[in-house]
Amino acid sequence: MAGKKLLLANDHIEGIRSLRVYRQHGGYQSLEKALKQMTPEQIVEEVKASGLRGRGGAGFPTGMKWSFLAKPEGVARYLVCNADESEPGTFKDRYLMERIPHILIEGMIASSFALGARTSYIYIRGEYFYVARILEQAIAEAYEAGLLGKNILNSGFDHDCYVQVGAGAYICGEETALLESLEGKRGNPRIKPPFPAVAGLYGCPTVVNNVETIAAVVPIIRDGGAAYASIGIGKSTGTKLISASGHLNKPGVYEIELGVPVEEFIYSDEYCGGIRNGKKLKAVVAGGSSVPILPAELILKTANGEPRLMSYESLADGGFASGTMLGSGGFIAMDEDTSIVKNLWNFSRFYHHESCGQCSPCREGTGWMEKILHKILDGNGTLADVDLLWDIQSKIEGKTICPLGDAAAWPVASAIRHFRKEFEEYVKNGKNIRDVKHYYRLNNLVEI
Amino acid sequence: MSDQKVYRFSDETMATAERIMRRYPEGKQKSALIPLLHLAQAEFEGWLSPGAMDYVASLLNIKPIEVYEVASFYSMFNLKEVGKCVIEVCRTSSCWLMGAEDVVRHIEKKLHIKAGETTKDGMFTLKTVECLGSCGTAPMLQCGGDFYENLTLEKVDALLDKMKEQDRRRVYTKDDMVEL
Ligand SMILES: Cc1cc2nc3c(=O)[nH]c(=O)nc-3n(C[C@H](O)[C@H](O)[C@H](O)COP(=O)(O)O)c2cc1C
Ligand code: SF4
Ligand code: FES
Repeated sequence: MAGKKLLLANDHIEGIRSLRVYRQHGGYQSLEKALKQMTPEQIVEEVKASGLRGRGGAGFPTGMKWSFLAKPEGVARYLVCNADESEPGTFKDRYLMERIPHILIEGMIASSFALGARTSYIYIRGEYFYVARILEQAIAEAYEAGLLGKNILNSGFDHDCYVQVGAGAYICGEETALLESLEGKRGNPRIKPPFPAVAGLYGCPTVVNNVETIAAVVPIIRDGGAAYASIGIGKSTGTKLISASGHLNKPGVYEIELGVPVEEFIYSDEYCGGIRNGKKLKAVVAGGSSVPILPAELILKTANGEPRLMSYESLADGGFASGTMLGSGGFIAMDEDTSIVKNLWNFSRFYHHESCGQCSPCREGTGWMEKILHKILDGNGTLADVDLLWDIQSKIEGKTICPLGDAAAWPVASAIRHFRKEFEEYVKNGKNIRDVKHYYRLNNLVEI
Repeated sequence: MSDQKVYRFSDETMATAERIMRRYPEGKQKSALIPLLHLAQAEFEGWLSPGAMDYVASLLNIKPIEVYEVASFYSMFNLKEVGKCVIEVCRTSSCWLMGAEDVVRHIEKKLHIKAGETTKDGMFTLKTVECLGSCGTAPMLQCGGDFYENLTLEKVDALLDKMKEQDRRRVYTKDDMVEL
């Protein structure tokens, strides 16, 4: 049975990128409803009732975040959309913005009305330049139709929305680094508190939300928070965009109702269609590179033997001992031939490269982890190196300004926890494994 | 000033720069720094020389050091001369799982350069970069603003040959996709 679609219901319609076709299919009705029939407070209440949780990775309840926004008299407030999308394995925001840019613009205007923001910015990673241009076209269409600018739809509400491009830095996805970057500075995360809700962009109260979160506000206003909350499972309400990649027959972006069994997501033809080349599944990174990796047995079933579901709670079941996190929904599948050690080295190199360098545990620790993994991969590692890796990751977690440190530590901890044998194999026999099981040959899939 | 060249945006680029600067509240024009650096890189041979950065500083009325420290933080800004086509191959997880290492090795062999280097004729620079949000269509590379996805070695060959034949500089702010 096909699940309910709220964001991508119309993504197959020709021309849906244009304002005209988007409106023909019900576009901007939520904005009209918001401006003409609702107060800002009512919108915030509906978002609270929907149970919507931030889709950028942390899963923080959106309605609650909105209600924390400080509202001092005479001070500007801002809504900033996080379209930095740099978490390895995540490409859903790009898909949504490219296909249906107006759902984001409509969500930006309606959310800004709810928050009392006169100006909003969409901060998009620089590599998505062509997507930025698509958004700018959509914004221009919206201005022309009186959906942006002064006195929108005769409501008396004025709003301007701008696209801002970044320039290649994963850390700018972290909300305070993003704000620094938007102010024209290096993307160094700020120490919190103060939180952006109190002192964000230009020191003013600011809400930062992910693209998908803001788009979800459109169906919430249209159908009501209760209707949204009736979709999904438990506290994982609504739908989620999953970016599926790796060794899958049908990688791509899927909108799922939260609560779909992981097994169904991987193997059914409606979703990923199973593992390529008839291989067996070895491991999955379920929520973007930062979340713990799980071996096939534990991603398909929890430690208690229950089917694992695509939801915040079920994926986290078992804590870090046997569970993981939904994160940004970047679902990376690895088949039986994948080297977990080499994959981990790849992740560690990524975090070392992307560390902003402000905190020593993160700056130095990520570098050490990369180096030690390289040594192990080269067949020069010892068992003590594996323990040292464990020790280093444990000394990064929770000891840094921003969560990038944790994000670098968790993949290491989980890989050692679940695949220690493979590390030991490299230590004993590394010189022979080296360059054999590391990766696929591209065209013929034969190992060297 | 570290070089002799005179840096000046064309009228068209200047109009874009001014439009961008108006997006921010009074006194917050420094916010335009990254967008302006992109414009400068596109206009001045694909890289940011000290002279180009000083020019951007003068437009925003900020100190040159404020520009250097930002330009050096972000991986999309080239602080050295680059070839006309900067080939950026994603090397991160999903692309790696799907053969990105082969793509890099193949290009290195074909162009007789290592990642990070530029060919003698100034045509190509090869860079390896982190996840570009194309993980479902891996392996992939980007050149200028364009994405080339689901790569095979044959596709890479055809792409590099076409680019060489067309002999044009490719920058982020313009798209002129090579059809494959
Ligand atoms: C290192 C790091 C990278 C992040 N990257 C992104 C990102 O690319 N996109 C995103 O929406 N959130 C990202 N986040 C989460 C943001 O800090 C923030 O929680 C999010 O934008 C809030 O929006 P939401 O509540 O709608 O999810 C990142 C966080 C960290 C620590
Ligand atoms: S944890 Fe890492 S990325 Fe985050 S502020 Fe510290 S050094 Fe920078
Ligand atoms: S891992 Fe290469 S594009 Fe995401």
